Amino acid sequence: MLADFNFRVIWEYMPLFLTGVRATAFIAAVSITLALITGILACACRISGIKALKYPAIAYIELIRSTPLLVQIYFLYFGLPTLGLRIPELQTGILALMLNSGAYIAEIIRAGINSVDEGHIEAGISSGLNYVQRMRFIILPQALGVTIPPLLGQNIVLVKDSALLSLISVVELTRSGQTMTSERFMPAEAFLTVAFFYMCIYFCLKAFADWSQRKLIFREVY
Amino acid sequence: MMAFYFAQLVEIFPFFLKGLWMTSKIAFISLVSCTLIGLVLGIFRSSNSIILRYLVGVYVAFVRGTPFVVQIFIIFFIFPEWGIQLEAFPAALLAMAIMGSAFICEIVAGGIAAIPKGQWEAAASSGLTNLQQLRLVVIPQAMKIILPPLVGQYVLLIKDTSVVSVIGVMDLTRVGWVTVVRIPEGLMVFTLVGALYFMISYPLILLSNYLEQRMAI
Repeated sequence: MLADFNFRVIWEYMPLFLTGVRATAFIAAVSITLALITGILACACRISGIKALKYPAIAYIELIRSTPLLVQIYFLYFGLPTLGLRIPELQTGILALMLNSGAYIAEIIRAGINSVDEGHIEAGISSGLNYVQRMRFIILPQALGVTIPPLLGQNIVLVKDSALLSLISVVELTRSGQTMTSERFMPAEAFLTVAFFYMCIYFCLKAFADWSQRKLIFREVY
Repeated sequence: MMAFYFAQLVEIFPFFLKGLWMTSKIAFISLVSCTLIGLVLGIFRSSNSIILRYLVGVYVAFVRGTPFVVQIFIIFFIFPEWGIQLEAFPAALLAMAIMGSAFICEIVAGGIAAIPKGQWEAAASSGLTNLQQLRLVVIPQAMKIILPPLVGQYVLLIKDTSVVSVIGVMDLTRVGWVTVVRIPEGLMVFTLVGALYFMISYPLILLSNYLEQRMAI
């Protein structure tokens, strides 16, 4: 089955793959940072009592969660030019990943905040803390412990999702596999190598997630 | 111009319905097969046999560690090199079954692991065989833990069916992609595609939310 697996060609294309790994890491890092900001803002709007903020946030979160990422990517890729906005593929892709993960992160944070015991909030109110103080001293420190593990999980999902950007010809890991396939017609070598690199990234992130779960002080919250 | 394209879009709307039908077909078949395979794998994963546990663990790690697009490419482009010719549609179903079953396996294994050891021991000391312990005591209790994330996973799987469009399966996403070449009004075309996906997955999201609240009590 793998008898004629051509390692020489893989070695020859190694620079291309490494460029892909770097690009994937870059895309993931930028997108997760932006998504975190988007998610925090969306969650803040979602749980605020102001209707003008709350309903748009609900619409955003639910629309993103109920449509596929690929459709969102195509929507931006084919849709933005019709609005007269011409932005490069890479930025379109990062925008799509940011909007997509942002909605999931908003829900993760909201679940964390909701998990704080009602009694703690009431105790805060009766101690005379105002809304901001309650958030800062009671809700957020506890919510953080519940949100960190799923946030790290979302980070892993985002790295894998970034593979879809290859379909709008952003240069990243999957795209380098496609390039090699089209140049040499060796899909087995190309895509198994790509899979190998994704596995490496996955295990690094997974190890980090497991470590932080054991190590972080937040675990005392459970 | 916009109105003109809109009229064209209305004209080819049946094409979109065909895509919706294809997406529903893939989604339905793969949900059923993923659930069945995932259940069996999940039981293997929480079995006493180390080899079985280890094998399933490797399978799950491989599937969870790589993007779904790459898995589809591997199945669609590499299997033919090994002499297994697959049409796009069966290849898509196979990829979905492999991917989905690994995720469902983890959910099932998590649910089974959450059942206290005492339940197994009590069942064993009542004289139930291994299979009976699982079927009569553990699974019914684990179901309560498994169900909410399972429905959530169904939503993710339905959305992941959009990725099979890359190997040329004429599903909803592919229909949108083909249409946008003819009707250069991307916003309109993909709003329509998105709305059709919304129709399928939103009820399931609501169901998942409902189950989560219901089971939490």
